[in-house]
Parts: sequence; C-alpha cells; structure tokens
Amino acid sequence: MSAADNKPQTHPSDPETTGHEWDGIKEFNNPLPRWWLWTFYATIIWSIGYWILMPAWPFLGDDYSKGLLGYSQRQELADELAAAEAARSEMNAKLVKADLSKIEDDPQLLEYAMAGGRSAFGVNCAQCHGSVGQGAPGYPNLQDNDWLWGGTLEDISTTIHVGIRSTHEDTRSGDMPAFGLDETLNKEEIAAVADYVLSLSGNGSGNEKGAEIFAENCAACHGDDAKGNQEVGAPNLTDNIWLYGGDRATVIETITKGRGGVMPSWEGKLDEATIRQLAVYVHTLGGGE
Amino acid sequence: MGKRPTNNQAAHAAEGVEKIDVKAVNTAETRKLYKKREKIHPKAARGRFRKLKWAIMVLTLGIYYLAPWIRWDRGPGAPDQAILLDLPARKFYFFFIEIWPQEFYYVTGLLIIAALGLFLATALAGRVWCGYACPQTVWTDLFIWIERKIEGDRNARIKLDKAPWTAGKIAKRVIKHVLWLLVGALTGGAWVFYFADAPTLARELLTFSAPPVAYITIAVLTLTTYLFGGFAREQVCTYMCPWPRIQGSMFDEQSLLVTYHPKRGEPRGKHKKGESWDNRGHCIDCKQCVAVCPMGIDIRDGLQLECINCALCIDACDAVMDKLGLPRGLIGYDTVAGLEAVTHDDPYKKTRPKFIRGRTIVYTLLIALVGGGMLYTLLNRGDLELNVLRDRNPLYITLKDGSIRDGYTIKVLNKAHKTRKLELDVIGLPEATLKMIGLKTKTPQKRLPVTVGPDQVKSLRVFVIVPPDKLASGAEEFDFRVKDTETGLVLRHESVFRGPKK
Repeated sequence: MSAADNKPQTHPSDPETTGHEWDGIKEFNNPLPRWWLWTFYATIIWSIGYWILMPAWPFLGDDYSKGLLGYSQRQELADELAAAEAARSEMNAKLVKADLSKIEDDPQLLEYAMAGGRSAFGVNCAQCHGSVGQGAPGYPNLQDNDWLWGGTLEDISTTIHVGIRSTHEDTRSGDMPAFGLDETLNKEEIAAVADYVLSLSGNGSGNEKGAEIFAENCAACHGDDAKGNQEVGAPNLTDNIWLYGGDRATVIETITKGRGGVMPSWEGKLDEATIRQLAVYVHTLGGGE
Repeated sequence: MGKRPTNNQAAHAAEGVEKIDVKAVNTAETRKLYKKREKIHPKAARGRFRKLKWAIMVLTLGIYYLAPWIRWDRGPGAPDQAILLDLPARKFYFFFIEIWPQEFYYVTGLLIIAALGLFLATALAGRVWCGYACPQTVWTDLFIWIERKIEGDRNARIKLDKAPWTAGKIAKRVIKHVLWLLVGALTGGAWVFYFADAPTLARELLTFSAPPVAYITIAVLTLTTYLFGGFAREQVCTYMCPWPRIQGSMFDEQSLLVTYHPKRGEPRGKHKKGESWDNRGHCIDCKQCVAVCPMGIDIRDGLQLECINCALCIDACDAVMDKLGLPRGLIGYDTVAGLEAVTHDDPYKKTRPKFIRGRTIVYTLLIALVGGGMLYTLLNRGDLELNVLRDRNPLYITLKDGSIRDGYTIKVLNKAHKTRKLELDVIGLPEATLKMIGLKTKTPQKRLPVTVGPDQVKSLRVFVIVPPDKLASGAEEFDFRVKDTETGLVLRHESVFRGPKK
C-alpha cells in the first residue's frame, strides 16, 4: 500500500484513509474520541472491582475466589428454595388440616394441590406410571376409571401411604397365585379358563369347562361375576382394560405364573402435604371416583 | 508554505536545492490516536425553523411530562391511568386499549410501524427525525437554552470559558449545573410515572417511601440526561448512535436535505456595500451558519455524517440574505437531484422533489399493511377469549365401559372488569358428555357452568367422553363453545377428538 493510496478523498479537510476498501468505499482514519478511551478504562477498573467483590477466579486449589460481598449462586438458590418452602407452608398446613373429601371443593386448595401434585408425581411416580400417569404394562394406568384398589380420594391416599405388597405393615396385599407353576391347573385347564376369561370382555367365545374352573379357582377373589374385588386388588375381568396385556398368550402366562406387582409405601418418604397433593393430582387425572 | 529559511539554516538537499526545516502539522505520525472533544458554543438562531423547533420541543416534552397524569376511568378495581405499563400484572393500558401479555404482538407491530415510519420520513426528508424530534436533540436544545439564559450567547460563553474562576463565574456555573441536574431529575422522574399510578408514586417519592427501583431509575436517568444533554451532546449523534450510519442507505437523490447551494454561493468572499453581485457567489463567508451549528460543522462542506438536519443554519443564512436584499435559500431544503439541476445561469432554480417514488410507495404500503392489520384485529377482538389445548399424552383413554375419553385444558380469558357466568358445551359430537375438575357434580354433563372472575384467566381441566362405538373415525373435528349467559355472546374454538384408529 503506497502512501498515495491513503491520500485525501473528496475534500481537502478529509483525513487519510486506513487503506481499507470495500467496493469503492474507503475507511477514513479518524481518531477515536477520547471519552471513548476513558470509557474503556472505566470498564477495566470496573472488572477489577468485580474480581475483588464477586466470585471470580476458579482453580484456587479445590476452591475459587469468594469475593468480599460473599455472593454465591448456590446460597441464592438455597435461599429461594427456603423462601418458596416458607411461602408454601401456609397452604401445606391448610391442605393437611382439610377434610380430604372437601379439598376439591375449595378452588384455591384444589389448584394448589394439582400443581404441587404434578411436580411431585414427575419426581416420584412418573418412573413407573408414566409422565402423566398413562401407565405401562404391569404399571396401572391412572388416567382411566378402572381401579384395582379403589379410585376414591381416600383409597388413592391410602395406596400412596401404605403401598402395594410393600414393606409397610399395613400394606395393601393380595396374591394372584401361579396356577401353572404350582401345578394347581394343567395346561389344558389353563387354556380353557383363559378362553373363558377373554370371553367375559367380548373377546372370543367361552366354554363350559373354563366357566367351571373359574368358579372353583378364581371367583373367590375376582367374584362370581368376575367384576373383581378391590379389597384384595383383584382386577375386573369383564372390561377391556388389562394391566399386563389382554392377548391370549399373556392371559395364559398370568394364570400360569401369577402376578404380584409392587408399589412402595411413601409414608415417611414424603410428607403428608405432598401425599395429599399426589392423591388429589391422581384423582383429578380423569378417572377419580 | 512560503516559509523562507533563515541563513543559518542553509542546509542543502542537493546541489543548489535548499532544504527547508519544516514539519507537516497533519502527518499520520504526529496525529493523535484519540481526539479530545472540542466544545461547541452554538449561537442562538432566530427564524421560522427555530420557531418550529421550539413548538415541537414544547409539544414533545409536554406530552412526555404530562401524559402519565391523564386519567381514564375503567371502572372499579382497574387502574384509572390513561397510559400505564403495569409490569407486575403484565398489562399495558393505553386509553381504551388494554393489552395482555399474549397480545404482545401489538407492541411488535408498533415497533415495526415506528421503524418503517422512520424509513419513510428519511426517504422523504432526510434526517428530519434527528433534527426535530429525537430526544437527544430536544433535550440538548433545552440544555443549551438553559446555558444561554445563564451564561449568555456564544461570544459571552466563549469569554466565560476563558475567564478566570471569579465568584461570578462560579455562581453562573453552579446555577447552570443545578438547573441541568433538575431537568435530568424531572426527566427520570417523569419516566417512572409510566410504570405506576402517578399520583400515588409522586406521594411516595416525596415521602421517601417509593420502591428502591423508582429511585434507582430516576438516578440513572438523571445522570444520563445530565451527561448526554450537558456534555456529550453531538458526540452521542456522531459516535454512539447507529442511525446516522444506517441512514446513508435510506435516502436517495430525491430526499430533502438541509444543504448549501454551492453553484449560487461560490466563489464566496467578502462583499462591500454597493459592490456588484455579478461574477461572484452570494456567500459572503460571514460564517453565521457555522456559529449556530450545534454539531460544529460547516454546512458548506456538503453532505456530512455529523449533520442532523436541524435547519438552524437555514435560519441564520436567511437572516443574512434578508439583510443583503438577496433571495432566501442559499442554505435551504433541497434534494441532491435539485442541487444538480441548478446551473450558474439559473442559480435560483427550484426543483420539486419527487415525493412519490418506489421506496416511499413501498414504505407507505408496508405501514398501511401492518397498521391496517393491527387496527383490524384491535377492533375485532372481544373482551372474552377462548383457547383450547388438547392433551397429547395420552392421545385418548379407554374407560372400563369402553367409552373413549379425551382430556383438554381450556383457558378462558375474561378481560372485562366484572365476573362472567358462562356455559361450556361442544358442537359436532352429539353423543359426547363433559366432565370438569373442580365441579361439584361428578357425573358427566351435556353443558358445564363456568364462572370467570374479572380480569381473570381461568384454566379448566375438561374431559370429553364419547360412548362406545359412537365415533365415526379416529379423529373427529368438533368445536368447544362458550356462551355468556347474560349477554348471549358466543365464542367457539375448534379442536379434535381422538379415539382408536378405525
């Protein structure tokens, strides 16, 4: 770049150019305003003040520089959580004190319980029951209106408290025996009763033999009409909702090997307010009785 | 230049060529990297543009300072301030318009219109925004006016600057800065009134019980106003503001600019009384145009980045032309095309700018489009709104009797300032029944009662249940409908009912 290229442009008072050119547009080599320079220095001074006052330097051994103001994002989070907890304490107390069946009549309490229940469900229940309680094979769908142990708010609350086949002393329990493995029934008998059970919900035609076997072996829990018994968690076999699957092979497997899914007891792990929130949340998923 | 070497400096560059000991003042080696701001002392201008600018200043500042105090009755429970940005409640009130957060696109629309309006104004009349309406220009004008009232006009101010620090100078300076700070405080003070009930906040401010953020905002705006209006002034326009740089692509040869007519003015020079105006320009080089310029430039140098088109040089030059008995307009509004059309034979030639041309038509159409769209939606929006969110997980639920149930979250926005009693039902699913969480009756209904409080967004969990085998397809389209039981107002929102694939 020769000096001649940097020479004035259109007017004698124009400064030299920097020699940069884009599509015929040249850049004047104007001096920067001095205040701009001072502003830059001010930001440097600010940053030094920031280092001293705020957490700034990592890798000081296992630690970092704390800063004179003692600010910490972790502490801020802890404070905010504590503040949120404190803000919730009043509603939680109200929730625990309220008559369980009356909670849903109080719009404010209902909204609070549903919102809290949703988040508690996501943390504690969604792993098995699915993100919105839609269930999975072996894990009941909580959205429908088919309940193994009862769908009233009271029933749901009890189930969350004591669990199913859990370690709680008052746990809900009931056994589906392994009719095949225990050699109570042989293969033909199991097939016959499976066909009969399927026919109850309109899948295929039943048979006399199956009906007899059912009356002898199954009706004690599932009922003469096969509509189930919530006392022992025996499912209704006349609807088309299946916990493990409603195809013939799965039904035969269920009769042969038995079933015994476990739900943990949440008493002691979750406080009463959270359990009530969960109960209300599950109850309002759509199938609550 | 023309400097003769003295005898004792007789160095020789070559045989017979003497070398002069002189250094170019302006070489790149000596020029400073950073330039100190040189203070500008604009002289008071008088004339029609100055009058117009005073009027605009009174109008814009008047609106700015007084607007938050205008009252607007919206009934009990609602703010009675005409213009209010209620940040905690996330609502924006503007006279009869009330904007909720989900209608923030109106603000987007306003910003688009503002930007396009600026483009259009620039295409028509150059930096007319900068010259007349920009807050930086208006407040700087106000600050210079205060300065002039305290310290006198240009010459007096220059003299005062150079004068030693006497009691009189100190007094003038103190008064000036106190007044400047006062204007700054009032500026920041007015700003906060747009965000809270003005009379209440004013009382709180005076009794020192206002929220800290109000005081912080006022302090920051006081300081920035004081700095920008008192000290930074033209530096803001030249170095901080991006708009002057963008404008280069906004105007063309048909845009009006404040400009000097070189073909009429040049060659410039001193003029003696009675002397002929033939064979010379009309510019007498009195430099009045330079003295009044708040940007510290010489308009006669042509189109310049610094020029904010404030038109004060027009006033200054017109006054001089009047005195000389020459026609006004040596400095005036003209276009680049107009400047080129002027010849030495016809130095007064006026060319009408072409206001209607491609870019102005496009800008106007775009403004009309955005503005019309906004106006249409604004006029056609009610104070009741219905939104439906379908559950996507699970898509549907089979109940034990074989019925299919879908879940929906329905949001009802009641923008009226009173409680509304509504009825919710569905159209297009004749067999369907509805269930809603929180309702006393647990059995499914054909029609559900919904009560929404004033200014409330109510979220409803609604289940639609269709009996077994009543679905024609796996995805039935239908409408939710709410009806105001008092006014009979009906709103519908479409949705889909899903069941097992057929």
